Amino acid sequence: MKVLDRKLFRDLTRLKGQAFTIALVVAVGVANYITLRSAWRALGDSRAAYYEQYRFADVFARLKRAPDSVAAQIHDVRGVATVYPRVVEEVLLPMEDMITPAHGQLISLPVHGRPPLNDVYVKAGRFPESGRGNEVLLYEPFAKEHRLRPGSTIPAILNGKLHELIVVGLALSPEYVFAIEPGGITSDDERFAPMWMSTSAIEAAFQMEGAFNDVVLRLEPGVDERAILVAVDRILKPYGGLGAYGRKLQVSDSILDGELAQIEAMVIVLPGVFLAVAAFLLNVVFSRLVTLQRGQIAVIKAVGYGNSTIALHYVKMVFVIVLIGSLMGVGLGAWLADAMLDLYAKFFRLPMARGRIDLPVVINAIIGSFVAALVGIGFAVHKAVTLPPAEAMRPPSPTRYHASSVERIPGIRRIRQTTMMVFREIWRRPLRTVLSSAGIAFALAIIILGRFGKDAHGPILDLQFGRQQREDISVNFTRQVANRGLGYLAHLPGVDQVDGYRVTPVRYRSGARWRDSVIVGLPPDSHLRRLFNRQFRPARIPHSGLLITNVLADILDAKPGDFIEVELKEGDRGTRRVQISGTIDEAFGLQGYMQKSSLHELLREKPTINTALLRVDPSREAELQMRLTDIPTVQSIHRKRTLLERFEEQTGQTMQVITLILTLFATAIAVAVVYNNARVSLSVRSRDLATLRVLGFTRAEVSAILLGEQGVQVLLGIPIGLLLGTFGAQGLLELQADPEQFRMPMLISSRTYAFSVVVILAAAALSALLVRRRLDNLDLIGVLKTRE
Amino acid sequence: MPQPNPNSEQSAILAAHDVSKVYQMGDVEVHALRGVTVPLYEGELMVLLGPSGSGKSTLLNILGALDVPTSGQVLYRGHDISGAGDRELTEFRRDNVGFVFQFYNLVPSLTARENIALVTEISKTPLDPGEALEMVGLTDRMDHFPAQLSGGEQQRVAIARAVAKQPKILLCDEPTGALDFKTGIRVLEVIDEVNRALGTTTAVITHHAPIASMADRVVSLSDGRVASDVTNDRKVSPHELTW
Repeated sequence: MKVLDRKLFRDLTRLKGQAFTIALVVAVGVANYITLRSAWRALGDSRAAYYEQYRFADVFARLKRAPDSVAAQIHDVRGVATVYPRVVEEVLLPMEDMITPAHGQLISLPVHGRPPLNDVYVKAGRFPESGRGNEVLLYEPFAKEHRLRPGSTIPAILNGKLHELIVVGLALSPEYVFAIEPGGITSDDERFAPMWMSTSAIEAAFQMEGAFNDVVLRLEPGVDERAILVAVDRILKPYGGLGAYGRKLQVSDSILDGELAQIEAMVIVLPGVFLAVAAFLLNVVFSRLVTLQRGQIAVIKAVGYGNSTIALHYVKMVFVIVLIGSLMGVGLGAWLADAMLDLYAKFFRLPMARGRIDLPVVINAIIGSFVAALVGIGFAVHKAVTLPPAEAMRPPSPTRYHASSVERIPGIRRIRQTTMMVFREIWRRPLRTVLSSAGIAFALAIIILGRFGKDAHGPILDLQFGRQQREDISVNFTRQVANRGLGYLAHLPGVDQVDGYRVTPVRYRSGARWRDSVIVGLPPDSHLRRLFNRQFRPARIPHSGLLITNVLADILDAKPGDFIEVELKEGDRGTRRVQISGTIDEAFGLQGYMQKSSLHELLREKPTINTALLRVDPSREAELQMRLTDIPTVQSIHRKRTLLERFEEQTGQTMQVITLILTLFATAIAVAVVYNNARVSLSVRSRDLATLRVLGFTRAEVSAILLGEQGVQVLLGIPIGLLLGTFGAQGLLELQADPEQFRMPMLISSRTYAFSVVVILAAAALSALLVRRRLDNLDLIGVLKTRE
Repeated sequence: MPQPNPNSEQSAILAAHDVSKVYQMGDVEVHALRGVTVPLYEGELMVLLGPSGSGKSTLLNILGALDVPTSGQVLYRGHDISGAGDRELTEFRRDNVGFVFQFYNLVPSLTARENIALVTEISKTPLDPGEALEMVGLTDRMDHFPAQLSGGEQQRVAIARAVAKQPKILLCDEPTGALDFKTGIRVLEVIDEVNRALGTTTAVITHHAPIASMADRVVSLSDGRVASDVTNDRKVSPHELTW
């Protein structure tokens, strides 16, 4: 081994503590990049391949009922490549192992061959045979939850009649990558099951022969989707069309899209932060190293080594640190990528390529870390290389200190000299203080980003399910039911209180602006459904006119007092002019509210409901559920507590894992920044500190001087980090979901802020303790003899 | 070996009694001090003379509570401090000992006055920093940083720092080692003045024999042992010294 390389390894061994903490930061940066990029590629590529292979549609539309011939009209619209009319119906599945019936969505399969669009991926078994009316393909995750397999039977209430369906196969579909039932807040494989059945069987059960109530389209490349949507709506309007929409509003794809967008944002920012911190720390450490090794560099130059050899010597040193870090990062990244994909597999039903880390991703990560490291040490190496040998042999000129302008503030001179030492050291190197504080700030922000998700969910759930929705059970009907139906429900066993409301799909229009949504008609004395805005303030339904969400008002560019047009999609499907009486800042959707009686007037109908809300006696709930299942017009039954438990279970697990990982990563940054700065500071000031020990300062007093600078950096970094974390959280929220559908309130609990601060302080304290031990080994005797 | 004053140990403010110090350097044992007995009498200016490796720095370190002997006792006003722990030794140095280093060891980020205030802030009976600087003739440089001072000026600031806490004992390790002749004389004048004006018991380590002429007593060390301990009958002023 060459002598210089031997020196390299010995130097690295002496610097092992610092080298290790820096390598750790590099490892975390590389791991982050690999994990996020791998997940992004796996999800994105899998999605693209899945959609391509199973011909996922571009446009979707629901309607009341249209004859099959109408599909040909849609096909004639310029830009439409494929049209696939279907029958889709909601059914109840009164499973034996559940109190509340599950909810099924039956989708028709073509008479011959596979579906031309939204094909089905059969994982086990076979397609139902045409002519066999009780055969179904069942959504595989639902089957797993209920231990069903090909050959099992499943009870289903089709159009009010109980059937025993035979499961002939288990399947997935690109339409249900994230399977969320209508009205649901998260996927629930136990309670929601898409199922596929032959057209003839569904048509017979629901009297839909020769008709369709759902259509999906494939468009030709490069067409204007909006124009197609307008055309399709025009064609389907007479048939109760509820508004065509593209993939962006298709529930499953929009959720997956939001997730990908979030990962895409993080894949640049998060690894970048870690590598920037690593570059900064390498700059700090190597600048000091070059200063300490001035004499050695001079001798090496004097004996004839060139500048490039010296430069390469230090670059190699960095290479070793970064290589170790990168290798750790690749290992960690591979493990985390797998774990992340495992987590995603629980929610996104995508056939994903597993156990594969792309070589280009790994290479990019390693190259990125080397580039960052070289940028970090560039200045230090330049200094080493350009130092003339003769000058390098002399001691460096003494550091110039001066009194800063801040010291002219009256009274400032009265501070203790030990404090003045800390202050002047900070003032001498403001950039180092700023960058170190920035490192701490980023670390703290990362912890906040890992935790805040849960903060916002809690209040939203409380708002939605605690204050707004006060029922225990909600029942949706297949069609409008007369108000007196509430009286019947009130007499069912276990029902303590009952309420009902009417919902109707509409198109809101104001000039050229429009949106498809619903109007909810609530009775004025509704106990079980109240309105609250995101600030938890109650809102009242106006006596007349519409109360709409403020996001809808912005979209329509309308304000209270303005008149807008409401195109009905039920009843006479007419257009009405309605005044906006107020706006409400709600977390979900673009809906409008009015008095139930006003809605009936608008619809020109008798008083009816399509959703009933029940408060129940828990001891009689099982009995009630059985009675509800027997009602032919019941389309779905939702148990609020089950919804919440499921949501908490899903998000709780995910949040805990994310919080733990991000907290550990952030701790690595905080420890590395404080530790390295303290070590370098100790190296620079060991003579001064030893002198103070000789003069009679205690270990604690000298520690305070050494660590005071780091303390200031941490204290400066904390408020900046709190701000960064808050803005970062806001940014992430905006990426997460379509704000027209869901507006998570920006809520970060004081507990999250406190936790973040405590972790940073603990990490800083740990680093300080590690360095403090070295203070005890200061050579008090040696300091008497050394010049510097 | 000359006999010490029979009454010496009673009036000694600080004394090393039969002190030995052995360092382990790998497999080799280095006997830096071998049974050394050296008293320091109150108010005197003692010069500790010896070539490099004679053990004079080691003895100064032990007297100054920077190090502990392998065997023997270190008595401060009759109280043995050789077995004291780090905390007690620190307290001893803080309250009783002033140090002057060969390379000044000023804190570069503090001005001359602040370097002195650094020590007066932790002292029980300090002088005013300005007063200490006046004593060494550097009042007009009190707001200068060490980098703005010459070597001699820095050393004088260091002396002012050492005496500002009014220590009982002043220990100077090669105070002129980094200075030219003229500057060195100036520094010695200050040390001498401090000893006379404040009555501070002073010990100066040096390998420069001529400096011994300014002392009340000269202790010579050789190979870890006291070679001689003699009272100086003809003490001269620093400005009369030549080397």
